[in-house]
Amino acid sequence: MDSALIPEGVKRCPTWKFLLALAIAGAVLLWGVVAMLMVWFKGLNQTNMNDYYGFALWIWADLAFIALGGGAFFTGLLRYIFGIKELKNIINYAVLIGFICYSSALLILAIDIGQPLRGWFIFWHANVHSMLTEVAFCLSCYFAVLCIEYLPLVLENRQLDKVPFFHNLSHNMHETMAVFAATGAFLSFFHQGSLGGVAGVLFGRPFAFRTGINIWPWTFFLFTWSAAAYGPCFTLFITWLTEKITGKKLVKDNVVELLAKIAGWMIITYVVAKIIDTVYWATVTAPSLGFKWTFFYSDNPLYGKWILLTEIVLCGIVPGLLLIFGPTRRNPAARVIALLLGVLGVSLNRWVMVLQVMAVPVMSFDKWVLYYPSWQEVATTLLPVAYGVILILISYRYLPIFPQEPELNPIAPYTPANGAEATAGGQAGDESETEAVGQAAPAGA
Amino acid sequence: MFPFCFEWVWDMGHLVFHGGLWYALSIIGMGMTYCIIKAVIDTRRGGSSHH
Amino acid sequence: MKQEQTQHRPKRYGMVIDLDKCTGCGSCMVACMAENNVSFKKDESDKLLSITWMRVYKITNGKPFPDTDICYIPRPCQHCAGQHEGHSPCVSVCPATATDYSRETGIVSQIYTRCFGCRYCMAACPYHARYFNWWDPVWPDGMEKYLNPDVSPRMRGVVEKCSFCFQRYQAAKNKAYLEGRRELEEDEYQTACTQACPAGAIVFGDLNNPDHLVHKMVDPDLKHGGRPRNPEVFRLLERLGTNPKVYYKSGRQWVRKAGDNYLPGEKPGADMHKSHS
Repeated sequence: MDSALIPEGVKRCPTWKFLLALAIAGAVLLWGVVAMLMVWFKGLNQTNMNDYYGFALWIWADLAFIALGGGAFFTGLLRYIFGIKELKNIINYAVLIGFICYSSALLILAIDIGQPLRGWFIFWHANVHSMLTEVAFCLSCYFAVLCIEYLPLVLENRQLDKVPFFHNLSHNMHETMAVFAATGAFLSFFHQGSLGGVAGVLFGRPFAFRTGINIWPWTFFLFTWSAAAYGPCFTLFITWLTEKITGKKLVKDNVVELLAKIAGWMIITYVVAKIIDTVYWATVTAPSLGFKWTFFYSDNPLYGKWILLTEIVLCGIVPGLLLIFGPTRRNPAARVIALLLGVLGVSLNRWVMVLQVMAVPVMSFDKWVLYYPSWQEVATTLLPVAYGVILILISYRYLPIFPQEPELNPIAPYTPANGAEATAGGQAGDESETEAVGQAAPAGA
Repeated sequence: MFPFCFEWVWDMGHLVFHGGLWYALSIIGMGMTYCIIKAVIDTRRGGSSHH
Repeated sequence: MKQEQTQHRPKRYGMVIDLDKCTGCGSCMVACMAENNVSFKKDESDKLLSITWMRVYKITNGKPFPDTDICYIPRPCQHCAGQHEGHSPCVSVCPATATDYSRETGIVSQIYTRCFGCRYCMAACPYHARYFNWWDPVWPDGMEKYLNPDVSPRMRGVVEKCSFCFQRYQAAKNKAYLEGRRELEEDEYQTACTQACPAGAIVFGDLNNPDHLVHKMVDPDLKHGGRPRNPEVFRLLERLGTNPKVYYKSGRQWVRKAGDNYLPGEKPGADMHKSHS
């Protein structure tokens, strides 16, 4: 039915299957939209937030999505600025995942504010000393960059590409992509950092507060570093998931292993920095404010020392080492476990830096307060997930996301591409212009 | 945001912040303008530049 | 305009609450709600959703009878000055400049029509002095007529907090100007809670003015963010460096200790006296 839109040289599932998948994701999306409208029309009383939990599930989701979407800027930086050519085979997907994460984060922010119609005040009345202002500006600017990075991919759709202007525009944007990628990396450094700064500057909250350089607390640098380390983990994890669901190999092992190796070193260096930061905070910063570090992990039913160990050891050192050592990196099972642990680790870090900060009592006569989200909060947090699934479904079906797919999955009767079949299992074939398989066919048609 | 706000006081933060912001925005803007204009010219010439 | 302002000595309005006088009656809370049109709901049992600009905490020394002792701690907004004047925990983080620190009065303001409800200030405030309007205010029938016309009620989705009854400052200033005066007398500007306290536990005035009772009681060390020199006076969470303008007074050691956090074995006020020497 929609075969005219499907890229040449690849096979897609039957339309009914595609529509069924869309319908399932669409149902979750609809549930989220209902909750979102309830929140917008009835107000934030629809949530379980309260005066102790001004920041809760949504802000965590925001921080987590942005950290996980960090794969886009970091892969872009490696591909376009450091010139690691192999990564061109995964950069499209990294950009798509980044696009989904960032658009989701912006949507959640729009739901999270008490007066959504005044959202633009953050730009108009901007207090340039606030970390949140920096986040808002850099996030919006970087989202524009992601749109620019995603657009040429959309224009490469078989039918759109036939329009000469779109074809030329897409070509020109590819040519200048390094400039956009550099700008994206610059903006990402600042907004990932300012998200860390959001917690780190809270000198009234000893659990979050960090010293640092000039106006930037240590969490500023830790957040940027962790996004660059764990973002690619998420990109690779979703790539693996996509391969499992489609039942196809989409990216060659050497590409995956290269990015995994880089992520592994980034994670290990980050964890070392995180440990130094934690030790300094526990032995110098917190005691100077009158708190023993164990105070933050005791006398409450949830936040124990386990959370610190899980974050640093199980979801930090372990995945880092698994990805650094060749044998475990090359083992698909070990690699996926490492990627998943990484994704959980950065999400846990963001949880701690938002939710635990709110839970800890500061005044000596105050008490721990825990919180659980309302269904409206859960639904609006799943909304972007469903939207992401839908966008991936559509993009995968109609756009040439994975340049190596035709080569790795040759279609039997497609005889002119027999050459591609011969190199399908090869590791050295990534320099061949696999995109040309998709591009040359419509020109001849 | 703008100096005509009643509470506005110039300080170093504004220069750094707006410097970075407009630097990034102008690069994005100029980059896209270049791409679009070049695409229009390419299309007018009748060619479609293949990858 | 700015030059004209700087010719006058800036004020630092602040408060001292004598905890040994406070009986915990809650008059200050009631007066505050009436004065400032603070909204309330039918069901106020969940205190995490109640708006109480002035909130009275009850603390105990945790000892068994007969050594049991209790103390009530009224907690308005502390109007923190921060490490350098104006760097309050909340003011420094507000992305939309919807809360501001006045160098003229030392009062931390909240601009309700500019606040878009991100609640970052609430996350920043260690005193929980900031409250969010989770609902639109609904007054019982006829009560609109009894609202204070000088204070705008707040809409759903914005943050609010104690303003040191700023409308009273404005009214007093207007009156003084009409009478050809530039300066206010001590009793011309007093907050509602101060006047309502039957025990006279709350004292309000200009900390910069040596004639005012607050100054005499606190003897603030202005070179060190206004730290009290009076050993019986303390501030909540002094060690965080928020430099509040609300002071507390008590002759009881355990009460003063409860005002801040200390490591096991650490003596209260040890670091404070270091800076005094």
